Order: sequence, then C-alpha cells, then structure tokens
Amino acid sequence: MLELKDLKVAYGGVEALHGITLSVKEGEIVTILGANGAGKSTTLMAVSGLVPVKSGEICFQGERLDRLKSHAVVEKGITQVPEGRRLFGSMTVMENLKLGAFTRKGAIGPQYLDRVFSLFPRLEERGHQMAGTLSGGEQQMLAIGRALMSDPKLLLLDEPSLGLAPLLVKSIFETIKSINESGVTIVLVEQNARAALKLADRGYVLDVGYLVLEDSAKNLLNNPQVKDAYLGA
Amino acid sequence: MDFFIQQLTNGLTVGGIYALIALGYTMVYGVMKLINFAHGELFTLGAYIGFTLLVTFNFTGLFGTVIGLGFSVILVSCLVAVAGHLLERVAYRPLRHSDRLAAVVSALGASIFLQNAIMLKWGAQRLAYKPNILPNVSVNIFGQPMPFIRILVFLVAVFVMFGLYIFINRTRTGMAIRAAAIDQGAAKLMGIDVSRVIALVFIIGPALGGLAGLMAGLLYGPINFNMGQIYGLKAFTAAIIGGIGNIQGAMVGGLLLGLLESMGAAYISVAWKDGITFMVLIVILVFRPTGLLPERVAEKL
Repeated sequence: MLELKDLKVAYGGVEALHGITLSVKEGEIVTILGANGAGKSTTLMAVSGLVPVKSGEICFQGERLDRLKSHAVVEKGITQVPEGRRLFGSMTVMENLKLGAFTRKGAIGPQYLDRVFSLFPRLEERGHQMAGTLSGGEQQMLAIGRALMSDPKLLLLDEPSLGLAPLLVKSIFETIKSINESGVTIVLVEQNARAALKLADRGYVLDVGYLVLEDSAKNLLNNPQVKDAYLGA
Repeated sequence: MDFFIQQLTNGLTVGGIYALIALGYTMVYGVMKLINFAHGELFTLGAYIGFTLLVTFNFTGLFGTVIGLGFSVILVSCLVAVAGHLLERVAYRPLRHSDRLAAVVSALGASIFLQNAIMLKWGAQRLAYKPNILPNVSVNIFGQPMPFIRILVFLVAVFVMFGLYIFINRTRTGMAIRAAAIDQGAAKLMGIDVSRVIALVFIIGPALGGLAGLMAGLLYGPINFNMGQIYGLKAFTAAIIGGIGNIQGAMVGGLLLGLLESMGAAYISVAWKDGITFMVLIVILVFRPTGLLPERVAEKL
C-alpha cells in the first residue's frame, strides 16, 4: 500500500534521512522505532508532504506522492496525527472535528461523527468546549478523532502515548487496535517500544537517519539488540 | 451636548474607515505573521480608482446616484483586490520560505513602488472628490443635522465588518482561515491548501482597504498619493490596540481609535490629533502589548 524507496530528506544542508526503504501492506499495523532524532517523525512528515523530499520515492497505492502538496496527500487518503497533537486550541472540539473533515467537501456525513463519538464518547460531551481546555488524554482522543473525520485509508500516528498516564496509554492503544480492525492501515511511531511492538504486526528500527532493522513485531520483541536499546530490559 | 454628538459620530465614521483598513493588516498578520507595509498604498489606490470612476467618468451622473455609487464600490473593491493578489504573487510568495526580514524589506519596497506608481499615474498634486457626487442631504440625529455621507460611510463599514465576521466564523472557508492562523502545519495536515488561504487573505484585505480609500475620498474630498502612509499607520495602530491577528480586535480597535482621536481633537487640541493616536499606541505597547481583547480571543483571529 505504502512504499518508501531510498528516501532521503534534508533540512537545509543537513541530511536527516539517508535512504530509507520500507513498505506497509494494506490492513497492517507497522511501527517505526528509534531514539530521539532517529528520523521517525521526519519520515512521517515526508509522507505527509510537509518536508521536501531530496531524493527517492514515496508511493501510495501505486501513485507517486513525493511531489504532491500536503493537502493533496490528505485527499489521497493518508492522514497524520502529528506529534504533540497540534490541536486548534482556541477552537471548539466540534470545530476541530469539522476541520478534520475538511477534504470531504460538502456536508459531513453523520456516520463519520458517529464513528468518532462511539470511539470517544467523552468528545461528544465536550463538543462546545475549547480544545485547549481539554485534559491531555482528551486532547489525544480529539487528535485521533479529528484525523478519522477524513476517513483515511492510512493513518500515521506520531507518538500518541506521549505525556499520557499508563492507564490512558493502554486505552489509546486499544482504540488504535479497534480502528485498525475497522479497516484502517496504521503506521505508528513510538518511544514506548514495548507497547508499540505488542500492538504491531511488523516493525522497523531507525538510527540517526538509517534503517537498521526490520522484522515481525514478535521477533523484534525478542531481539537482544532491540531489548538492550529500546525495551530497557 | 450637540458638540459632543457631532464629535461622537465623526469619530465613529473615521473609526469605521480605520477598522476596514486595520482588518487587512490583521488578517495578513494572522495567517502569515507578516506586516504588509504596502497595505496603506492599496488604500490610496482605492481612493484614486474611486476618483477616476466618480469624478473623471462621472459614474453617479451616468447611472444615477445609487447604481453609480454601488458600481464604484464594487469596481474599486475588485480592482484593489486584484492589485493585492498581484502584490502577494510578486512581492511575498517568492519569499515564503526565506527569512522573515526579507519579506518585511520586500513589503517596504512594494510600498515605495506603489506610492510612486500612483504618483506617476495620477500626478503629485492633490486631487479632490467633488462635493456634489452624493446629494447634499442631512439627517437629524438627536436633533443634530448629520451629513448623509457620514452615516452612509459608518453603515457600510459596519455592514462589511458584520459580513466578514459571519464569513470567518460560520463558513468552511472562514474556518480554514482561522485554522491556518493558529497553526499552518496542522492546517496542512487537515488537507487545507494554505497557499490558497494566503491568496484569499490578500484578496479580502485589499478589497476592504480599497473600499476604505473610496469612503475616505467621499467623506473628506481631497486625496493625494501619500495619504496611505498616515491612514496606514493609524489603522496599524488600531490593529495593535485590538490585538494584531484578531479580527474582532481590529474592528473594536478601529472604532475606538476614531473616537479617541475625534474626542481628543475636540476637547484637547486639534494640533494633538495625530499625537494622541501614537500616544495611545505607546501606552498599549507598554502596558498591554497583546492588545485590549483578552489573549484567548486574540489568538483566535
């Protein structure tokens, strides 16, 4: 479904990704692991068209994405939940959700709102509250709900567990699983490697802009290198 | 009391003009974090195009007062909107990804260019709207005869601001503009084409500024090629009073500044009129740099 071929990205003169090749099949949950600065977020940003690609290819369902503007990427069916959520804090919960559906011109079908509210009933109660006044967990729910409003085929999640209490992390991960079961392919970038590997089918490990490992999630969980570096065992 | 009401309506009218110009500054700043220093010149351009239509071509004489004036309002807004759009294309879009300072210098250059272009086209001497463009009728308000033009300018300003408020807060496109003002990157992730939002802001702002130029010409008569400097500076002050980037703030700030100025001129001294404006600017910048409207709203656009 999604293929990155020898993807290189540079900020100014500094190369951040030195040629990443990875693929995501339809229906999968794929996780990208790595330390801070490994290039995980940069990879997602490149897919979303927010950072320019220096060389290499990004293909989605057979179409090249790497020269598209970011709004066109969303129209193709790829939506990102960015790191730090990036909600529109001074707009209401409902307005944030409506913005998530921006690419579905015309009326927003009630099924999309229903889907979000059935996943996150709390958001319905808070519909008229400013997004910035929500708790951390609720903000993450809204960020994911907002992304679902575009009815994506592929959902890119960047650190959804960041700054959340362990109990909330568990519930967010369960939600991600149920979103995947409803037919959405998922790419998950995480610092919380153990939780991510338990959820994912496959994983890739990045280190300072290079792809160093790829394997099934199960094998990665038992890989001594991964254990040492990311699972803290 | 009569004198007070005179000054009150006077202040509200000129305040409406300031507010219309201030909206252009504040919308561009909200989305791009850039002060469009050429905005005052777009106001001047509006005044001169209005002059050509109403005095040179005598639109009100040709089509009657209502249709002729309506035509002029629409044409001035559209033409200045086109000029604003070209300005964005030529002076700002190529610099979108460069240093902020480069765009500021480009804005100053565009301002000088436009001012000189207007001078070359229409001449350096001042021109004047004829007093008989609109029928010279007065309306009684609180027993005070009020020139019709003053009421018309104020009403048009309020009507346009109300329309803009509805557009920004109630429509899908307006929501996209607000989102781009809060976080451009996040707006792009929602599938919003931010380049189009920026282009749109550079159409709406100049259209309002051009309209303000036409109204200033009708209200006061004389126009000259560098009138945009002082009006631009005052409208910029109005935008800061309300909290730059905040649409409601620009409206409130414009009206407030108009009132302060006319009251100051009436009860302190006419010579201090401009001084008062900039005194207010300094006081606001020292004590409340984010503007009068609360910050949470100020961030909202």
